Amino acid sequence: MVLTLAFRNLVHDRMRLVVTLVGIMFSVVLVAVQLGLYFGAQTMIVNTIDQTDADLWVMPRGTKSFVDSSPLRGREKHAALSTPGIAEVAELVVVAIEWRKPEGGGTPIVLLGIEPSGIGLQPWNIISGNAADLTTPDGVAVDKSYLDDLGVKKVGDIAQIENQKVRVVAITEKIRSFTTMPYVFMTLSQARRYLNAPHHFSSYLLLRVAKGQDIEAVRQRLIDRMDEVDVLTTREFRDRTLNQWLFATGAGYALIIGAVLGLIVGTVIVAQTLYASTKDHLNEFATLRALGSTTRYIMSVILGQAIFSAVIGYIIAMFIVVAVVKASADSAMPIIMTAPLAVGLLGLTVLMCALSAVSAIAKVTRIDPAMVFGR
Amino acid sequence: MSSKVILQAERVVKIVGQGAGQVRALKGVNVGLRTGELTLLMGPSGSGKTTLLSILGCILSATEGEVKIAGKTTRGLGAEGLADLRRKHVGFIFQSYNLFPTLTAEENVRLSLDVSGIRGREASKRAREALEKVGLSHRLNAYPKTMSGGEKQRVAVARAVAGSPSVVLADEPTAALDSENGQAVMALLAEIARDRSRAVLAVTHDPRTLPFAGRIIRIEDGRIVGDERSSLAAIHVPVKSQKGKSRAHA
Repeated sequence: MVLTLAFRNLVHDRMRLVVTLVGIMFSVVLVAVQLGLYFGAQTMIVNTIDQTDADLWVMPRGTKSFVDSSPLRGREKHAALSTPGIAEVAELVVVAIEWRKPEGGGTPIVLLGIEPSGIGLQPWNIISGNAADLTTPDGVAVDKSYLDDLGVKKVGDIAQIENQKVRVVAITEKIRSFTTMPYVFMTLSQARRYLNAPHHFSSYLLLRVAKGQDIEAVRQRLIDRMDEVDVLTTREFRDRTLNQWLFATGAGYALIIGAVLGLIVGTVIVAQTLYASTKDHLNEFATLRALGSTTRYIMSVILGQAIFSAVIGYIIAMFIVVAVVKASADSAMPIIMTAPLAVGLLGLTVLMCALSAVSAIAKVTRIDPAMVFGR
Repeated sequence: MSSKVILQAERVVKIVGQGAGQVRALKGVNVGLRTGELTLLMGPSGSGKTTLLSILGCILSATEGEVKIAGKTTRGLGAEGLADLRRKHVGFIFQSYNLFPTLTAEENVRLSLDVSGIRGREASKRAREALEKVGLSHRLNAYPKTMSGGEKQRVAVARAVAGSPSVVLADEPTAALDSENGQAVMALLAEIARDRSRAVLAVTHDPRTLPFAGRIIRIEDGRIVGDERSSLAAIHVPVKSQKGKSRAHA
């Protein structure tokens, strides 16, 4: 009967229910978009790091993030190879450079010079062409979402890097950079050639530790053998990169604050309507109290109303969220909505509505059941 | 089953208000309600009727004195303790019915059972039986807004007795009803009182209720000023059943 009474009280005043649901809907959509953007940004910022199979990363000391790279000194690879406990080493070049479009004009890109096999970074989500063709002279892989920016349309199209011809041999999907500069994949050796860099030029060393070896001990050995470098685990480098983009720049705070504001707005709207509804039904709650119901029973009715509101509002909101997520899929800032995030959002909505019920509950716990007499 | 005192109030004093506005609403009231009896509590406005009803019904605590209901004292009980006693031993009937407008007749009765922890089929069975007893088995799914005042009060009576309380307390049960419906409700209360395990007390101004009473207590200025057995209570009062037949209540 608690749920029956809660539901009937809720739908009794249709206008108030609509206001409540609109409030919850806006709140859920706002929070979902902000959190979706946050997680979307997070994915974009570290997608390249997550795609590698390395245990440790070696980089110039003070490197702040994946794209904020500078060259290593050049002796690090040999030092790493001679360090006990290292099973595999891969080099990676990350350089910001100019891309010249075939029909004129240029745009800055992040050139990723990769080793075509092993633990290093490889292009993924290939939707056209073949990653193996990167080893052919001038071969590059670009992402579908940047085709317009790069002035190319399909596999086989020609452009230039450093006044040298490049040819699109593979097109990927959903490999976006958090900056405005598209990633362009090229083999390590060709990247060095295009950059006119020495044969040992690289931005990062990616290391795989031999089975059974303690990563921390191997890291210490590497630090002892190298100067002016940071040796980070993949997790540490991921966190450092995320921290730089999301928090040092304030972008992440903005998104989180937006989500918190959404929650506050939703809480206030639901609290107001629940309080007004409780006031309208105060005599009924007093009657319940006179009939001998416990405070807990009455609280359950109000919480029931709050949770019904939360679930209905959430379901409506999720239709909008799904539409927004689909619309943003190919945009520069895709919004991510995963099953765990959707479940978390439902929990957050229920929590928000339950918190909103506090003022209404405070009101009914002060009810004097004697008010039922003499009306 | 023999009649026994099921509710006992001894030297009950109730002081309401604070400071200069303090009022002694009850000034040492002694009253005992016996099972199998319909008692009327009568008195002028401001005499303390409702205050006494609230204390007997465990809604208010006495400032001094003691109330025992089914052998259990209310002394020292907090709000939840009093609610527990109400739930187990008291059924209320209110002047304005106090039905839940969003619930049907059956759901209104089931709600009071739900509060007492009686749920599911058992609650449904008891609610239907209680509504049948008050002649409303054809109105189980009716909402209060579609019922007459008499029907609403009969639902309230069904709600009050569905949980088989030791005491039924009614606050001006006929005040909002016309003569015919008022008589029908009083006849129901008289019938309920005939159950020898239960006492019924009705606060009233309505002289038309007198023929139904087994006992009349008069209160004035916070004191009991009269307590008499009524010889009129044996009158037969017809109650319309749902099928239009009349039942005699002796």
